[in-house]
Amino acid sequence: MNLSQALLNQNRLALTRLLTQVENNTEQGRAALNALFPHTGKAHLIGVTGAPGTGKSTLVNQLALYYRKEHDFRVAILAVDPSSPFTGGAVLGDRVRMRDLSGDKNVFIRSMASRGSLGGLAQSTSAMVQLFDAANYDVILVETVGAGQAEVDIAKLAHTTLVVEAPGLGDDIQAIKAGILEIADILVINKADRPGVEHTERALNGMLELSHPTRRIFQHHGRSMVIEEEKVYDQQNTWIPEVKRTIAKEGYGIAELGEAIARHVDFLRESDEWSRQTRTQLQVTFDTLLRETLFNRFLDELSPQVYADTLSQIVKREESPWGAVESLLKTFL
Amino acid sequence: MSEGNIRVLVAKPGLDGHDRGAKVVARALRDAGMEVIYTGLRQTPEMIAEAALQEDVDIIGISILSGAHMALVPRILELTKANGQEDVKLFLGGIIPDEDITELQKMGVSGVYGPGASTEDIVADIRKILKRA
Repeated sequence: MNLSQALLNQNRLALTRLLTQVENNTEQGRAALNALFPHTGKAHLIGVTGAPGTGKSTLVNQLALYYRKEHDFRVAILAVDPSSPFTGGAVLGDRVRMRDLSGDKNVFIRSMASRGSLGGLAQSTSAMVQLFDAANYDVILVETVGAGQAEVDIAKLAHTTLVVEAPGLGDDIQAIKAGILEIADILVINKADRPGVEHTERALNGMLELSHPTRRIFQHHGRSMVIEEEKVYDQQNTWIPEVKRTIAKEGYGIAELGEAIARHVDFLRESDEWSRQTRTQLQVTFDTLLRETLFNRFLDELSPQVYADTLSQIVKREESPWGAVESLLKTFL
Repeated sequence: MSEGNIRVLVAKPGLDGHDRGAKVVARALRDAGMEVIYTGLRQTPEMIAEAALQEDVDIIGISILSGAHMALVPRILELTKANGQEDVKLFLGGIIPDEDITELQKMGVSGVYGPGASTEDIVADIRKILKRA
């Protein structure tokens, strides 16, 4: 049977097989994505990011339980862990914190290795999310690798981004730096039973008070991504990130967090921000594909010999990478 | 077509809490370039089969020190088959009496590793079974 059709019928074997095809960027995977595209665009994507050890997996586990119990949503979880830069191997351990979810056929957990990507997600994460979306999961929780300061790709993918902090990690200077805290729609202070929670909360709230509501324009490879007319933004049209305390291990604060996420979804819908995000996300997908495909097609046209010769000229410093690209492109375009 | 990395589920069924061996194997497979999904302690056969399905692994490695292997292994194999994953292989580590090994191999277990087994052998065996370098 056709795997895409089986996936639409919520066949889990078809889903898992296609996830592998898409992860490995195979012909079959790309064909399935193409066929399934009309069935996507329904799910709510929630990104969960933060430093290693702040409790992201445990929080994801609790949120999934919450959505199952309170909303009867079908929940998919995509958990990314790092690949070794030396061997390409990985130990994916996020499931260890998610054992409460096993046995529930309406929860699907998939672990993936980052395979050399640096933004906190793997290259095929967003495409795999599309498969879950087509398979009719209502909520898709994407957990990034333990992120430092610059792993902000998740904000381009998710509708709602949770940044998980824990007491005792860095002072208020960390809180005013650019990067990961800026992308939060909701800041979660997990492990809130630890000492220092008031201090962390104060620092984060202080940062939020200082911040001016800004337009989110993603810089993509140094180029500004959003190319639409400017709109005037007023207070009502701006989401002020909320700060929430949780103790994920005990389930404390999860319902309140769930309500905050629901408020964010309402905001996205009412302010039209939802469609704007979808647009950004699709544009990123389109641009990335275009770049990859053009690059591959160009390499196909080019004889391997020419490529090798050019590269060795560059290595010998007889030609610069910039000059080489210019002259190669001239022969084709 | 790119095949992607070998994906291995490492699980520890049963009630004993000694997962040192499972962690050593997980680490060795990682260093051999494989993607290891580690599920932790006290997994039921149902949980293992479920994880193998969701993760679409090529092979399952389980560690059993409790002596319950003749009950757990057939159950896991039965469940993975029922899920449509007939092609998923399984290897076993732990304290397994010699007379059980032949029996387990007949069930389709691809390798049984006792104390003192080298992780290099486990890696080499997995690559051979899956026919992937």
